[in-house]
Amino acid sequence: MSAANELTAAQRDDLRTVAAMIIPASDEYKVPGADDPAIQADMLATLGRDTAMVRAALDHLARLAGKPLAELDAARRDEVAREFRATGGGPAATLVRVVLQCYYRDDRVLRSLGLELRAPFPKGHVLEEGDWSLLDPVKARPAKLRRAP
Amino acid sequence: MNDPVDVLIIGAGASGAAVAWSLAETKMHILCLDQGGWMKPSEYPSTGRDWEAKFYGDWSTSPNIRGRPEDYPINDDNSPIKVVNFNGVGGSTVMYTAHWPRLHPSDFKAKTLDGVADDWPIDYDTLVPFFEENDRMMGVSGLSGDPLSPLTHPPMPPQPLGLSGPLIGKAMNKLGWHWWPSDTTVATMDYEGRARCINLGHCTPACAQGAKASTDITYWPQAIRSGVELKTHCRVREILTNEHGMASGVVYYDKDGVEQFQPAEVVIIACNGVGTPRLLLNSVSGRFPNGLANSSGLVGKNLMFHPYAQIYGFVKEPTDSNRAPPTCLWSKEFYDTDLSRGFVRGYGIQFGRGAGPVFEAVASEQKGILPWGADHHRVFRKLNGHRLAVSAICEDLPEEHNRVTLDPVLKDSHGIPAPKIDYTISENSRKMMEHGLARGREILETAGATDICINNPIPWGGWHLLGTARMGTDPARSVVNEWGRSHDVKNLFIVDGSVFVTSGGVNPTSTIQAIALYVADQMKQRLANLFD
Repeated sequence: MSAANELTAAQRDDLRTVAAMIIPASDEYKVPGADDPAIQADMLATLGRDTAMVRAALDHLARLAGKPLAELDAARRDEVAREFRATGGGPAATLVRVVLQCYYRDDRVLRSLGLELRAPFPKGHVLEEGDWSLLDPVKARPAKLRRAP
Repeated sequence: MNDPVDVLIIGAGASGAAVAWSLAETKMHILCLDQGGWMKPSEYPSTGRDWEAKFYGDWSTSPNIRGRPEDYPINDDNSPIKVVNFNGVGGSTVMYTAHWPRLHPSDFKAKTLDGVADDWPIDYDTLVPFFEENDRMMGVSGLSGDPLSPLTHPPMPPQPLGLSGPLIGKAMNKLGWHWWPSDTTVATMDYEGRARCINLGHCTPACAQGAKASTDITYWPQAIRSGVELKTHCRVREILTNEHGMASGVVYYDKDGVEQFQPAEVVIIACNGVGTPRLLLNSVSGRFPNGLANSSGLVGKNLMFHPYAQIYGFVKEPTDSNRAPPTCLWSKEFYDTDLSRGFVRGYGIQFGRGAGPVFEAVASEQKGILPWGADHHRVFRKLNGHRLAVSAICEDLPEEHNRVTLDPVLKDSHGIPAPKIDYTISENSRKMMEHGLARGREILETAGATDICINNPIPWGGWHLLGTARMGTDPARSVVNEWGRSHDVKNLFIVDGSVFVTSGGVNPTSTIQAIALYVADQMKQRLANLFD
């Protein structure tokens, strides 16, 4: 069974809704929200070892909401979200982390942040040498190394 | 039964590799057993687009989260600091920050200088040749001449200061406080077959470039060429003894899970400050009812972690973020005892250059400084790529109630009882941590940082596993003698961080390996009467 099938349709709906509450789309920054279909698909495809915790978080969220999160009015939804984050413990933290880790590897998001769309290896990065003259005052200090008499 | 070997080493990490390489010149039959396997750099996190996500799962620093077959579980529920390690050829050198300070001369004389803990039975000067040899073997970069640190001779130049280094340096100069480019085991030039650092940035969970020294690419290739045999996926359950009270060999599970007995003339334990007492306590017999080498009752006691007090903030200028090795500078300004500070002993400071976007988002959301909703994007852009961190590595003094025992329920995948940690942070350490945080805040504010957050302690910061089989000349107050041999079992040696008497205020791997080389040297000098 794939990870996508390990969440019920209702849980997937709530995951999408809460993801949009964490990170909504932005015209200003030209980025999708975390409810974007591609980002949601990434989350479901890579839940893996986090599946049980995310499912527990979504169960907790459902209990707090009493009905699908999307059907609550905005004020009530915000109230539920605050309570979820405050009382959700490890499962809620895991759900939020899953949302963030999938969002911040999306090409459109990385492009908006000015980051390259690649793994660190093999290209790496260039690191400037920096101003070593800053060390001159430290070099001028007398050497001191505490020793037993 | 397997053919007997002259020397059996348990563990292929930092100390096991060093002792194996050093003893190889004797041409004895040397076998090392490790519960893990050889690493595959092509699978390291930085080779994939999901490089940051892996840190929360398969490449977590916590064995309890990672849960690979090579890992054993650790019950650390009763400790505010969780154990982190790595199991495999290279051990925790595969997964470490490569920060490479040495213990100071004063660290070996805490009792004499400050009236606390105990003096070591050896001193810094005894270890100097082994520090130097180890620096050459591991390949160290750095700048000689630090006025507040022991003199070192790194064979490679220091890492560049990058963007973050000057921000820290300027702040430290304004405050008039010491700072210096760290010695690290990151190769800044091509070195002994290793390629130079290309700033993958995600150094801690293994270096795909091979620029960060881990013993699978430093000591082990040379040790194996010299004839040392290394068997992987072999988990040792217990050390057996004979009628003379000598170690006769070990029982282990091979890669197929089959129980084996490996006889040996000499057994060397190199399993770290948690794995070593676990093995000794699991090696109970009629002759050693309280665990092997435990007539002192000190096996597993005096566990020292180094509580890390971390403070970080965000500056207007861009920092190196994930585009550089995470550590590049240290400070020893508060290393030595000054009783006016309200505590004895001191701490080193390790500066952090920054973090990647996923780590930043997750950490900042958890701290409550990265909001949900429309303002998320603005705030994230203010934080991401602007982090500077200051960590005080506080000297943990030995206390017997901080200990490793065997968990009565928890077992590893072979049914071997798992270790249980009981640990509290002492009042002296608490005061030291508060002092470190206050100084760290001054540094960050001087650098112009805002949105300051703390981790006190860093919860998953139990990197340094020390003190649980301490060395000493008195068999009633120590587990091994001044050259690493068990007081109780004359052909049993311990070479890992367990033998530390005190912890100092710096990352210990350099000193652990220097001690392993020193013990190997002592063994070579005493081969004719090793068991006397």
